[in-house]
Parts: sequence; structure tokens; C-alpha cells
Amino acid sequence: MGMKGLNQQEFTAWADAYLRGELSHEDQLKFEMYCAENPANAELFAQHKAFLTTMKRAESRSNFKRNLEHIAQDYHKVHTPKPATKVISLWDRLKLNAAVAAAIAIVSVFSTLWLTGYYKNLRKATSDYSALRRDMNTVKRNVNAQNAAIQNINNTKDNTKDNVKETMHYGATGFMITKNGYVVTNYHVITGADSVHLQNHKGESFKADIVFTNPEKDLAILHINDSTFKSIKSIPYTFKRQDSDMGEDVYTIGFPRDEAVYGQGYLSSSTGYAGDTLAYQISIPVNPGNSGGPLLDKEGNVIGIISGKQKGIDGAAFAIKTKALMETLNSIPADSLNGKNVVLNNKNLLQNLSRTDQIKKLQDYVYIVKVY
Amino acid sequence: MSKEKSDLQIDSEIIDGIREGDNLAIQQLYQIHFPPIANMVINNRGSREEAQDIFQETVMVLYNKISDGDFVLSSKLQTFLYAISKRLWLKHLTRGEAKYRKDSIDDYGESLAAEEVIEDHEMKEANLVQMEDALNGLGEPCRTILYDFYIQGESMAAICEKFGYTNADNAKTQKYKCLQRLKKIFFKK
Repeated sequence: MGMKGLNQQEFTAWADAYLRGELSHEDQLKFEMYCAENPANAELFAQHKAFLTTMKRAESRSNFKRNLEHIAQDYHKVHTPKPATKVISLWDRLKLNAAVAAAIAIVSVFSTLWLTGYYKNLRKATSDYSALRRDMNTVKRNVNAQNAAIQNINNTKDNTKDNVKETMHYGATGFMITKNGYVVTNYHVITGADSVHLQNHKGESFKADIVFTNPEKDLAILHINDSTFKSIKSIPYTFKRQDSDMGEDVYTIGFPRDEAVYGQGYLSSSTGYAGDTLAYQISIPVNPGNSGGPLLDKEGNVIGIISGKQKGIDGAAFAIKTKALMETLNSIPADSLNGKNVVLNNKNLLQNLSRTDQIKKLQDYVYIVKVY
Repeated sequence: MSKEKSDLQIDSEIIDGIREGDNLAIQQLYQIHFPPIANMVINNRGSREEAQDIFQETVMVLYNKISDGDFVLSSKLQTFLYAISKRLWLKHLTRGEAKYRKDSIDDYGESLAAEEVIEDHEMKEANLVQMEDALNGLGEPCRTILYDFYIQGESMAAICEKFGYTNADNAKTQKYKCLQRLKKIFFKK
């Protein structure tokens, strides 16, 4: 149909040969010339080419889709949770009956307990929450008592008076929150303290003042007040104000004994003891003395402060969220600060370090809190 | 730093793999990217089956973008896939009987870009589906002749032999007729 006696079929065959690279260089040029001279054929060629592209795309698309469906099937076969069984659907039907039965059971249990006076006894029992300060005198006092007993055998003179006079002595953990010497620990650690001393892992000891306490959130802010303490350049960790997610990998450093002890675990619940929304439940082995220790995530952000654990439940420890620390810091009256402002660090120097290097950097800022 | 780098590497490996039709890459895509998207759908009133459909459609969007040849990943692959799935799921929810307030899982900004990608995808997809239907409606031996010649790039001589044509001219005429028929079906729709 085209010019020079070339019909559409012949032109298409020529175009195919051109597209498939079957023409010699000379013939390629001839084809291009022909198209240039015959706009109608140029148009036809463009259409033909586009059509073939669509055809190829459609073909590879349907291949890809078929593959995708196979892979998806295999994937879901392995990963799909098992469908609800008949037992469960039976449960669905009987849920209401079960709920009514359970309600009656609960009412009768509690009324029986009340009638038998169980609650009167219960009131005497203590809570199952235990704060984690360490009574450092226990061992010493036991030894002293033994010594006293031995001495009593030899010497009738009563020297137990000294032991009575001896004040209680607690130990826990605290960590620095600003480079000008503010330190946070738990309120229960320093409650009733005559004096507070902070000792770092190198053995240097500093006297600290209690600047502010928040019994409700169980936080205490201390300030190092000691001529031997020099302001430090910067603190390596930052404080994460948003809540962290369940399952996050977390760790702490504390002083359940006189040496720093590392503990590692995960964030097991976004609320603390008895549903406290300002605390996390964490699964880290903690012991008396861990109270007040920093809880860090894997990037080296402080996300909380270790505060206690639940008695009789394995791996249920609690940490106060950083949010509560922020609220406490904001509520400190200006005149308590003596002009030394609380300026938090916002540059994280731990982020890309290995865990051991993170610990090396941060342990200079974690203290044993000694309370007399 | 090093972790981000490897994430980027994994992203580009997956994209290259999809371009080359590598099944391992598709498997990896599922392993890494299906779970968060399934969560998004399931947490927004979807079933696991619906999550699977949404994810498959999302992968098709990605595939078509990659086949366009000009695909440059401006964000993480996860971000791209998540934005597309979210948009597709919203469209699904607001379509027909599913009552769900659109803005509840929608935040503006990114959704507009995703919307554009999806519109472009749907247009191209319609065209390709039409071609697929046309090819399927063509019947034999036309389909195989065209497939062998245009897709597989086989020579006319080979096709001639395969279909037992007595001379090459007959085969050529047959092929041309087949192509014309395909065009007719494709453009008529």
C-alpha cells in the first residue's frame, strides 16, 4: 500500500528485520531513509514498535505474576498461622455461658473469702513489689554480732551498744544526667538519708546534695557538691523521651555489689507494676543495688531508670520511664538549682559503638550511691 | 552506619533481582516486607487474605515501575512499599461496602505521591491486561507463532519447520495474518 510498491505486509517484515537487527548497516540506513521519506510508514513503524513492546511487557508481566503467585503461596503456606480449629469455634459459641459461669464462680469465691475473714489477714501482708536498694550493713552487722557474742564469752563487758548506735547504710546505683554534676537515682534509695556519697568505678568518691525528690515517681535528683569533682566535657548518652517498643533489646549497669555489673534483656511490657503507665516492665536479672541504674536501648539512649522488681515472679523487673524523669526535672523549682541549670545532652556518642565499647564509655557516669 | 548501608544494598539487590526475574529476590521481598504490611492491613480491619492480595498488588506496582526502566528509589524500599500498600488498602476500604473513615490511617503528604504512582500503574496495568487477554483470545497456532517470533526471537526458518509449512512465504503470510488479528482484538476492546 505504501509508496514504491511496498505493501503493509512487506513493510512490516522489513521493520521486523530492522528491529531484530538482521539488516546490514547499509540496509539499516536504507530503512531509516525510507521512513524519513514516507511519514505514513514512519507512523506505521512507530505503532508497530510500540505494539511489540506492549506485547513483550504483557508477556513478562504475566510470567512474573505467575512466579509471584507461586512464591506467595509457598510463603504463606509456611508463615500462615494455623486456622481456627473446631474447638475454638465451639468456644466462640459457648463464650457467653462460660462468662456467666465464671462470674458466678468469682462472686462466690470472693464472698467466701470475705466471710471467712481472709481479707483481714491479707491487709497485714506486704506488697509483692520490692525496691532494689541494698542493705550494705547486713553482712557486717551479722559479723559484728558474732564477734560480740564471742567477746561476751571472754569479757562480760557489754559492747553491743556500738552496734545499736550504728546507722543504717544502703547502697544503690545512680547516673549522671548533666555534665555539671546532676545525678538521678530512686527516691527509695535516699529516703531518710543523713548524707549521700557517690562513688565511681575508679573508686573516686564525691559528696552529693539531694536537690529534689519526687516520692510519687520514686525519683531523686542529686547534685555533686565536692571540690574534687571537675565538670566533665560531655555525657555520652542521650535521653529518649518517646516510649520504647515492646521487645526492644535493653541493658543496664548497676552496683548490686561493689563492682559494676552488666545486665541485658528486653522490654517485656509498656507498663510497670500494677499497670503503672510511667514505667516499663523489663526482663533483666536485677538484684538489690540495681535501683537507680540507667536502662539503655541498643543505640545507647537512656529509656528508663531501674526501680524494682516483683517478688515471686521471674524476670519481672521495672524501670521508670524517661518521660517521668523529664516531668520531674521540669518540676524542680528554680531556687533549688542554685543557678546551675539542668541542661540535658542531646548528642549521642554511643550510637554506632559495639556493646562493650558503649559500656566502657558510659560506666564513668554510673555511680554507687552510698547512703548513711 | 554500616547497617543502613547493608539495608540499601539489600534494597538494590531485590530491585535488580526483580528486573531480572530472579525468584530468590521475590522470596526475599516477601520475607522482609510482607510482615509489616500484613500488620498494617490486619490492624486496620483487614484479614490475612486481604493483606496477601494488597501485598501482591503492591509488588506488581513495584514490578511495573521497575520494568518502566526509569525506577529510582528515592526512599527506602520499605517506605515505598508501605506507602503504596497503605494507599491501596485505603482505596479498598473506601470502595463499596467497607465503611471506614479514610483519614484514620491516612496522613497527607506521602499519600499524594503514592496516589500518583498507583494511578499511573493502573493505567499501564489495564493496557497490559488487555494485551494479555488479546493474546489469550488469539488461539493456536497464531499465539505460538507470534510468541516464538517476537518474544523468543526465533527465526522464520525454525518456525516454518516447527509448524510444517511447505515454504517460508506461507509461514510469513501466516505470521502477518496472526499479527493483524492480534492487533484487531487488542484495539477493538
